[in-house]
Amino acid sequence: SFTTHCEIRTYHRMCGMQFMLLFSRQGKLRLQKWYVPLSDKEKKKITRELVQTVLARKPKMCSFLEWRDLKIVYKRYASLYFCCAIEDQDNELITLEIIHRYVELLDKYFGSVCELDIIFNFEKAYFILDEFLLGGEAQETSKKNVLKAIEQADLLQEVSHVKNCE
Amino acid sequence: MALKIVKGSIDRMFDKNLQDLVRGIRNHKEDEAKYISTCIDEIKQELKQDNIAVKANAVCKLTYLQMLGYDVSWAAFNIVEVMSSSKFTYKRIGYLAASQCFHESTDVIMLTTNQIRKDLSSPNQYDTGVALTGLSCFVTPDLARDLANDIMTLMSHTKPYIRKKAVLIMYKVFLKYPESLRPAFPRLKEKLEDPDPGVQSAAVNVICELARRNPKNYLSLAPLFFKLMTSSTNNWVLIKIIKLFGALTPLEPRLVYSCVHVVKYLGLLAMSKILKTHPKSVQSHKDLILQCLDDKDESIRLRALDLLYGMVSKKNLMEIVKKLMLHVDKAEGTTYRDELLTKIIDICSQSNYQYITNFEWYISILVELTRLEGTRHGHLIASQMLDVAIRVKAIRAFAVAQMATLLDNAHLLTGNMQRNGICEVLYAAAWICGEFSEHLENPMQTLEAMLRPKVATLPGHIQAVYVQNAAKLFATVLKSQEGNTDSTAAQETSQLMIDRLPLFVQSANLEVQERASCILQLVKYIQKLQQKDVEIAEEVNALFAGELNPVAPKAQKKVPVPEGLDLDAWINEPPSESESEDEQPKAIFAKEEPKHSRPRHTEVDEKELARRREARKQEQANNPFYIKASPSSQKVYQDTPGVEHIPVVQIDLSVPLKVPGLPMSDQYVKLEEERRQKERAEKKKKEKKKRKEKRSGRGKKHDSGPESEEDITPAHQVDIVTEEMPEVNSLDILYFVPLADSEKLPVRSHRETPKSPAEDGDTENAALQEPKKKSTKEKREKKKDKDRDRKVYDIQGNLQDGSQVVVSVIFENKGDSFLKSMEFNVLDSLNSKLQRPDGSGPHDGLTVPFQLPPGVSNEARFVFTVQSIIMPQKLKGTLTFIVKNEDSSTHEKLDFKLHFTCTSYLITTPCYSDAFAKLLESGDLKGSSVRLEGVNMPFHHLLARICFHHHFSVVERIDSCASMYSRSIQGHHVCLLVKTSGQTVSIDAKCDEPTLLGNVLDEIKQTFSQC
Repeated sequence: SFTTHCEIRTYHRMCGMQFMLLFSRQGKLRLQKWYVPLSDKEKKKITRELVQTVLARKPKMCSFLEWRDLKIVYKRYASLYFCCAIEDQDNELITLEIIHRYVELLDKYFGSVCELDIIFNFEKAYFILDEFLLGGEAQETSKKNVLKAIEQADLLQEVSHVKNCE
Repeated sequence: MALKIVKGSIDRMFDKNLQDLVRGIRNHKEDEAKYISTCIDEIKQELKQDNIAVKANAVCKLTYLQMLGYDVSWAAFNIVEVMSSSKFTYKRIGYLAASQCFHESTDVIMLTTNQIRKDLSSPNQYDTGVALTGLSCFVTPDLARDLANDIMTLMSHTKPYIRKKAVLIMYKVFLKYPESLRPAFPRLKEKLEDPDPGVQSAAVNVICELARRNPKNYLSLAPLFFKLMTSSTNNWVLIKIIKLFGALTPLEPRLVYSCVHVVKYLGLLAMSKILKTHPKSVQSHKDLILQCLDDKDESIRLRALDLLYGMVSKKNLMEIVKKLMLHVDKAEGTTYRDELLTKIIDICSQSNYQYITNFEWYISILVELTRLEGTRHGHLIASQMLDVAIRVKAIRAFAVAQMATLLDNAHLLTGNMQRNGICEVLYAAAWICGEFSEHLENPMQTLEAMLRPKVATLPGHIQAVYVQNAAKLFATVLKSQEGNTDSTAAQETSQLMIDRLPLFVQSANLEVQERASCILQLVKYIQKLQQKDVEIAEEVNALFAGELNPVAPKAQKKVPVPEGLDLDAWINEPPSESESEDEQPKAIFAKEEPKHSRPRHTEVDEKELARRREARKQEQANNPFYIKASPSSQKVYQDTPGVEHIPVVQIDLSVPLKVPGLPMSDQYVKLEEERRQKERAEKKKKEKKKRKEKRSGRGKKHDSGPESEEDITPAHQVDIVTEEMPEVNSLDILYFVPLADSEKLPVRSHRETPKSPAEDGDTENAALQEPKKKSTKEKREKKKDKDRDRKVYDIQGNLQDGSQVVVSVIFENKGDSFLKSMEFNVLDSLNSKLQRPDGSGPHDGLTVPFQLPPGVSNEARFVFTVQSIIMPQKLKGTLTFIVKNEDSSTHEKLDFKLHFTCTSYLITTPCYSDAFAKLLESGDLKGSSVRLEGVNMPFHHLLARICFHHHFSVVERIDSCASMYSRSIQGHHVCLLVKTSGQTVSIDAKCDEPTLLGNVLDEIKQTFSQC
């Protein structure tokens, strides 16, 4: 625990968002994006702890909690929890907005997104996230632009896929 | 080599893809670990192959497993391999895997430097894009050092997509390799003014983050940021900049002001949002918001005004308006003042003057507003004056007195009257004085004021009102004067009219001229009569008799229907019955139900109305398309309390307009305060009494703290009965809302029966221009035990040609969950196959091209190929779909059967009796017969049934015997001879295909056994 703690302390000065986790009500991890380089063991430990903490909270409780020396911003959409870790100087509300924007993007891309979409197309969910956030910072605030980039990359993927089959 | 590729792609077909893996894991909940370890073994095998597609697939699966917590570090090298693929598809997966799995101690990262450099300089922006994205996750100090230059170059890439990413990743590079900051900074600064907003916001982000760490070095950028802050419309950027300023202010206090400004604006904006849901919490900040009205920044003032609109209550209305009036005085000659004026009126008049407790005060406010020069809103004030004077009976005397003063002092306004719109007020003033002239203290004086020569300079429509109302006043004056013994006064009044009116007769305005000349003649005649000492006042007054009352929007409903008037009776002869039969020629085949008599218009009683209203409200509340009205601002109007209950306010009315110091509306604030205090005192007294009475009991303490909204009784009542305002809206809403069951209009019964086959076929023909077709109807209803996703499949098959069948399926979502990703699949038989798009396998399902919200139905068509049509067929199929609930989503499936009967291959084809006879004579047809016992229905019903269900047409009918004909889609002739005697029906049939005939006869038998 002590080493992990130190590790996070070392890195947490480095960027806005530390990581983003998506997990189900049952505590199953559905997506994880780390903007701080940690070892697998540490990631696992943090994930386990956070999932437990967040799931234990009642629905009426607020979306923010202080955890170690980070702030955790989470929001539940249907059966999925979207959970982000930010540092103490960062704004919780804008993080909530980032989460919501990401959900909107998923919704637009998959068409009324649900947990299964993310499970079965988890790579797409990552691609969308990568177009939206880069290194923990919002890189594109326009939904239209993000989706355009994804669509074009998808198109490119299909073309090269067809070529490969020929 | 070619063989290898072929082998590879064959192998691939049998490999699990990611979806299979995910599905597999979900299906092996008990022994997940074991299942995954076999999967990992498979993946290891796949990674050993040369085929890059197989490898990429394996890496993709590994990425998923990594998320589940399995160690995949052993595959790091394979990930690098996939990253290096030249195909974007695989490269994308490779980089994703790397960004998920690599960390600083992953040693293969060293090997990637050159590959990443190559990708960064790729001509394809998306190659560059994935490389940058990936790099942002696993950049190490070494990579940062080696690639810093490449990324710096990318900051000036032609594509904003790349520039944006490059700028953001520079931040990561700076952190890992701080030496790069100095050379890169000028370029980064340049990006703050990039033409692309995305790049701009990226640069803002990076610099903000840097500045937070070391503010001193970035102080020089403050002016640039200030410019951005005032010009940017992107809220995300604004927030970042404010944060940056937050970091800089300790060093440069002047920045505080600009920050405060933006924050203030945002705060007010936020408050107005909160106000809609939680008005109470905002109201406590009233003083703060009023302070914002003093702000130098107009946009902040306007925001504050918006807020005030929502904040008023009976308690604070006077105070807020008083404050606003002060601002009106200060804001001379600006558009802001006009805005203030409209806001004051808006605030006061909202929700039917809900918050006004003292209308005398309001009238005085309106009068005060008339002193504004150069406002465009004269008509607004005028309409308010009219509205209040008409609707609030109790205020009329006061209003009339005020208006008379206004008319008397018109010259004060007229100075620059033509220029500004304020003279519109005189329109209202003249009308009010005329209409309610009985309240005037000195009508003669007012009449004189209205006929001054200066009036002729007013706009035409106002002059017209002046003339008309002068006549009304004249009538009133006459009435008062005629009672006197001295009749000369009355005659003098007439003379005044006769002297002054010619001025208006000469008016260029048609309306003025017409009225003036008409009234002039009238007065002349009156004068003539007066000279003969005839009492005329009564008759003159009759000209303007009758009180003008406000009418509620729904008053018509209250008018009872006169006796003997039947609104439902036909005025003309009703259209003849034969006409309607012509419209529905096929109706003879359908079971005719007695026609509904026109629903009689019943007298709707109050209860019924209330019930319907309730039902509609319920329906609106549940309907997502209906935007709910804000909590209704209905007011229950009690019967007007007699005038004696209103505290009469005695004010010296001779001066109000000229009071230089204290505006008179202020007096009301004080008076109102006093009135309330008195009321409160009375209340307390009552309470005390009550308490005394209760003292013997428990003596519960009453809360006599701050008075609540309800405690304030209005001094005047708005005299109009408005029936439930929100209901008015429902009218236009109905157009957008799908009718609920209860609201559906009654449909005539034969419309509801399925379309007859011939009709169906005909429309098909018209559309496709092909000779003959055939349509089938099959109905299947599937139920799942759970209510929530019940669906009905109504399968209608249209046979296109000899071997193709189109099946239309209607999917109806009867549950309350959202259904999506529906896949329709049928297990093909040798004879019948579902047609699938080229390239898909024989067992692939077809995606249903729509999603189903609850309660929605939609139709999809599927084409089947059928080889032989002589036997009936049943195809098994499955529909898989995702059920989405509020908080969960499940994958479910529904099994169904498609029944292709032989009948469904028959097309209704007309046949003439001679052709029919020839067919039978030819001897090519083989015979068969069937007997139906216990058929208890008229013969024509029986025939109609065969026609309808089995697509035959009647060739000839003689008494209880009929010949019938049909044709299959592959050209088989089917002939029937149907005879009936008593309850027995015998059918002799002939067809060139005995098996088909046998099956058709069986199906006919089946039809009749069911009834």
